[in-house]
Amino acid sequence: MTTHQTPSVRLENASLSFGERTLWSRLDLEIEQGEYFAVLGPNGSGKSTLLKAMLGLIGLSGGSLRILDRPARRGNPEIGYVPQQRPFPSEAPLRARDLVGLGVDGHRWGPGLFSATRRRRVDELLERVGASEYASVPVGLLSGGEQQRLRVAQALASRPRILLCDEALLSLDLNHQQAVSRLIEEYRRESGATVVFVTHEINPIIDDVDRVLYLANGRFRAGSVEDVMTTRALSALYGARVEVVKVNGRYVVVGAGPGEGAEDCHAHDVEGGA
Amino acid sequence: MVTATIAPVLALSGLWDRVFVFDRYGELLHLLSQSVLAGAILGLVGGVIGTFILMRDGAFAVHGIAELSFAGAALALLLGFDVVTGSLAGSVAAALVIGLLGARAGHHNALIGTLMPFGLGLGILFLALYQGRSANKFSLLTGQIVSVDRAQALEMAVGAVVVIGALLVIWRPLTFASVDPDVAAAKGVPMRSLSLAFMLLTGIAVALSVQVVGALLVMALLITPAAAAVRVTASPLKAVLLAVLFAELSMVGGILLALAGSLPISPYVTTISFAIYAVCRAVGALRRRFSQSGRAGGAGRSRRSGGAGRPDGSGGPDSPGEAGRADGPHAGGPTGRSDGVTRPGDPGRPEEAASSARTDR
Repeated sequence: MTTHQTPSVRLENASLSFGERTLWSRLDLEIEQGEYFAVLGPNGSGKSTLLKAMLGLIGLSGGSLRILDRPARRGNPEIGYVPQQRPFPSEAPLRARDLVGLGVDGHRWGPGLFSATRRRRVDELLERVGASEYASVPVGLLSGGEQQRLRVAQALASRPRILLCDEALLSLDLNHQQAVSRLIEEYRRESGATVVFVTHEINPIIDDVDRVLYLANGRFRAGSVEDVMTTRALSALYGARVEVVKVNGRYVVVGAGPGEGAEDCHAHDVEGGA
Repeated sequence: MVTATIAPVLALSGLWDRVFVFDRYGELLHLLSQSVLAGAILGLVGGVIGTFILMRDGAFAVHGIAELSFAGAALALLLGFDVVTGSLAGSVAAALVIGLLGARAGHHNALIGTLMPFGLGLGILFLALYQGRSANKFSLLTGQIVSVDRAQALEMAVGAVVVIGALLVIWRPLTFASVDPDVAAAKGVPMRSLSLAFMLLTGIAVALSVQVVGALLVMALLITPAAAAVRVTASPLKAVLLAVLFAELSMVGGILLALAGSLPISPYVTTISFAIYAVCRAVGALRRRFSQSGRAGGAGRSRRSGGAGRPDGSGGPDSPGEAGRADGPHAGGPTGRSDGVTRPGDPGRPEEAASSARTDR
């Protein structure tokens, strides 16, 4: 099943709006199979909404969105989803292995108890992300980094051809960001999967990214990192002066002062302020 | 009870004799075997569905449904209909309203808080209008055992089969949707239908329970056993099994103790149920503190599972610290720490001191 001709994701004249508010419109985009594609932009720019559309959870307001040459639909097994880290209640009756198990067959009907096949698959996935040693620990007691490894294992359970990551490295410290992003990149190289990574922080994945889509203020720009992450391109998107500085291969975006319509780009200020 | 401690010994023993009565016990047990059977059925239902209610943080919804169930039962009593049918109608109506107006349990507390006093008020109205035996009135709120006849026991058995059968069918997606809603939705799990179906099942379970433990005390059957179980295990299957065991101990134990006396059954059930919870809490706390098998929930405790020491280096195991933060300011700067916690040691080799940064949730 070689699908080099079929793009993983194809958006044609796509637009999305909630009532009066248009998040983006006339978006044409093709993401090739095997590509590492980052979707960037400040909060509220519609990047997570784009991801939800790919997952088939919301429909577009106009245009078309095809995943592997078929219309986007809910529960597509070709898609693996790595969410943002969120704490679990410490009382949740769920161990690390159970969380991964949900990725294997949690969507199926029936109790599905005592399945040896699932057990083996879960062990294999835990091993793959280096989580075997805390397999039986309640998820509520795991650190954010440990939880995100499990999230990757959970997403890989269906051997997806597309991996959608939604701020998957947010609130992890630098070491865990690297460890988790390495797991994602390893899977991409090994399986030829496409990665679509939604983030407002490109630096943790900068070494792996092929192309980016930057969304801001209802405008967007797609291209290589070098093309998009420039003072000129981002200033045009934000409609305000935004400085992009590259330091040691990492990008620092410094927004204009508040009140100039670019308050959102403070999202990138963290490098500058550190 | 409190006054008993300062009362003369005679009064104390009098109280004891009222609380624990075993006169002609064998005969009574035989006569009331239907009630014991009904209790056993309820224990099974309560333990199984309770674990899911807990996962979905739905305790308050149970309480709200119970009050509407009480109103339904009171109306049936007033009109001379079957009380079980009345309480079932009340709780199913409440479950539908809660299920249709809110996507997930726990996200509609205001709605439940509004429904609940309304249901209770209606119930009080119907009872005030009712001219029959006053024991019937009181038992709807606080429970009874004597009146369970063969037909009612059969009704309960049918209800139990429906609830547990349906739960078995939706077991995995319901677990997924309850503990991990974001990913479950992304995987195409039908969240809304499951939520509604689960509310209906909860409604049926509440209606069944109201018959025996009363509207005010259904939580002792539907919440407490599961809450106790998750204190001592994190395995979803073991949690269900333990919850059933605890619910059976409370229900059947409570009925057996209440059988010969004139007191209502609920204090027995709730006391056993609470005692089990207290013990499980203590056991859970001790286990987390001293054993290797559970992780430290608090600061600075041993945190490895399975008794194995953490292998050094390999893949840079994660260090604790982030788990307690939902949406902290995003990390990404060279220091990577966004919460201002200074953690000793480098994250590649966490040591005991590192776990002091863990937040207890």
